Amino acid sequence: MRITQGAYSFLPDLTDDQIRKQIAYCLDKGWAVSIEFTDDPHPRNTYWEMWGNPMFDLVDPVGVMGDLAACRAANPDHYIRLNAFDSSRGWEAVRLSFIVQRPKVEPTFRLERTEIEGRTQRYTLVTVR
Amino acid sequence: MPQDTATPAAIKDAKSRYKAGVLKYAQMGYWDGDYVPKDTDLLALFRVTPQDGVDPIEAGAAVAGESSTATWTVVWTDRLTACDTYRAKCYKVEPVPSTPGQYFVYVAYDLVLFEEGSIANLTASIIGNVFSFKPIKAARLEDMRLPVAYVKTFKGPPTGIVVERERLDKFGRPLLGATTKPKLGLSGKNYGRVVYEALKGGLDFVKDDENINSQPFMHWRDRFLYCMEAVNKAQAATGEVKGHYLNITAGTMEEMYRRAEFAKDLGSVIVMVDLVVGWTAIQSIAEWARANDMIVHMHRAGHGTYTRQKNHGVSFRVIAKWLRLAGVDHLHAGTAVGKLEGDPKMVQGYYKVCRERKSEVDLERGLFFEQDWADIRPVMPVASGGIHAGQMHQLLDLFGDDVVMQFGGGTIGHPMGIEAGATANRVALETMVLARNEGRDIRTEGPEILAEAARWCQPLRAALDTWGEITFDYTSTDTSDFVPTVSAA
Repeated sequence: MRITQGAYSFLPDLTDDQIRKQIAYCLDKGWAVSIEFTDDPHPRNTYWEMWGNPMFDLVDPVGVMGDLAACRAANPDHYIRLNAFDSSRGWEAVRLSFIVQRPKVEPTFRLERTEIEGRTQRYTLVTVR
Repeated sequence: MPQDTATPAAIKDAKSRYKAGVLKYAQMGYWDGDYVPKDTDLLALFRVTPQDGVDPIEAGAAVAGESSTATWTVVWTDRLTACDTYRAKCYKVEPVPSTPGQYFVYVAYDLVLFEEGSIANLTASIIGNVFSFKPIKAARLEDMRLPVAYVKTFKGPPTGIVVERERLDKFGRPLLGATTKPKLGLSGKNYGRVVYEALKGGLDFVKDDENINSQPFMHWRDRFLYCMEAVNKAQAATGEVKGHYLNITAGTMEEMYRRAEFAKDLGSVIVMVDLVVGWTAIQSIAEWARANDMIVHMHRAGHGTYTRQKNHGVSFRVIAKWLRLAGVDHLHAGTAVGKLEGDPKMVQGYYKVCRERKSEVDLERGLFFEQDWADIRPVMPVASGGIHAGQMHQLLDLFGDDVVMQFGGGTIGHPMGIEAGATANRVALETMVLARNEGRDIRTEGPEILAEAARWCQPLRAALDTWGEITFDYTSTDTSDFVPTVSAA
């Protein structure tokens, strides 16, 4: 199944040229771009592994693209996403996040139900690789 | 400014001021053209239509008087108090541009007049009885400046835009929703089907409508159970966090809490209340939501009865300010392009009220005062009512990223089904955000950008074929009184 997290999951996978343009947009806004990867895209797996720190003070998307190439080479069958972090007062969080690599075969999620009182179910999502 | 000569001056001599009898409000001290508002004053701007022959300044003084300490006659008991500080001061009266008979009346209120953290108290003062006052034909509360000292007595939105995005793990694009249709009549099981299809197809949220509570065709517990089954199934099918606004509006607070607790037990990330539950109920639910990590969705049911007509009522921008203080996370604030009333500039003004940290004066958008929100969290505005995928470029251009766009009919009425309808909206949205970020001018290239995506996305093509030409071009009732003037650059 195609996991639809991130800003552009309903579009065909972005080309490197498209990725570069999105990075340029973020840098232009003064946001710091970072790279993260994981093999478990569970929606509550908040902390993907960091591929280095966010790239503060960067002006050219080439810097991110270089690191992305290295991350891809080291993790050829993982999910990789780019995050753009905005440190301005009152936001101080991610502004844009999108997936830039997927594994060849994406995992699925099994929905486990536990019956409790009054027809209520306790739901648990389990990643199935 | 109307000429001051008709207005009698305030009587300074205590003996004559407090002699039993009736005085003009201006004589009693509710008009002071020289008053300089303090940083800690609450400021209110009313649009007042005085009765024929009533001096506009006296009308303004009456508004100040009746919304603070005055009654119709002199009372000696004023002299037991520091009465001059308790008197609201009308400090400016101006004719409304190009609108004979109407005046903008500015009133300043001392902070001491208001109980901390109570919208009920604020509204009882400001809109308590002046709107029925005989010497004025009509009155409208246009805007308010809430001083930081007052703002800090409120907790504001329990979640706010940033934390909502972090909790949902959705960044960089507007959120997408839909209201389940038909509004009334579906059984719980059928209702949940609509929720599942729409979420699986790509929406982030589905929504109960304002009048879905617990009617004979669908009791609330049934709805909650089926909706949460749908939400969880859709999360498993997409790997994304999803939600359904469970409307907990009910006849009593006790019942609202019961429904809220059940929503929480089922793992819902969001509950919904209607504006008609009232200010105190809203603040109570905000309090509950803070204690339970819950997003509060506010449906502004009923607001049109007092916000739409320009000459009488309360502007929605004021309602939005009160709701931000009271503590809601989502607020329906208009679409500009959809089926419901809303001039684009006015609607953008409401969005500023919801989202900005500090607002500057922006007369074209109806913001008459600066407003410092003192870091109170921002509210996510919701655009809902008669919008469709073909308007995506306009919606994104008007409102930016921090908005929930709700396509009810535009999802459920899709010719290929609900899931396809949701996919059409999501593809239209992502494609437009991507194009905007790449530097394309979506205002002019929007239709072309959508057409490009429709070449590979059949659901989007079907949506554009069905609704592409639908617009709601009616003249707005509530429009700006100020047109931008071209400055010599």
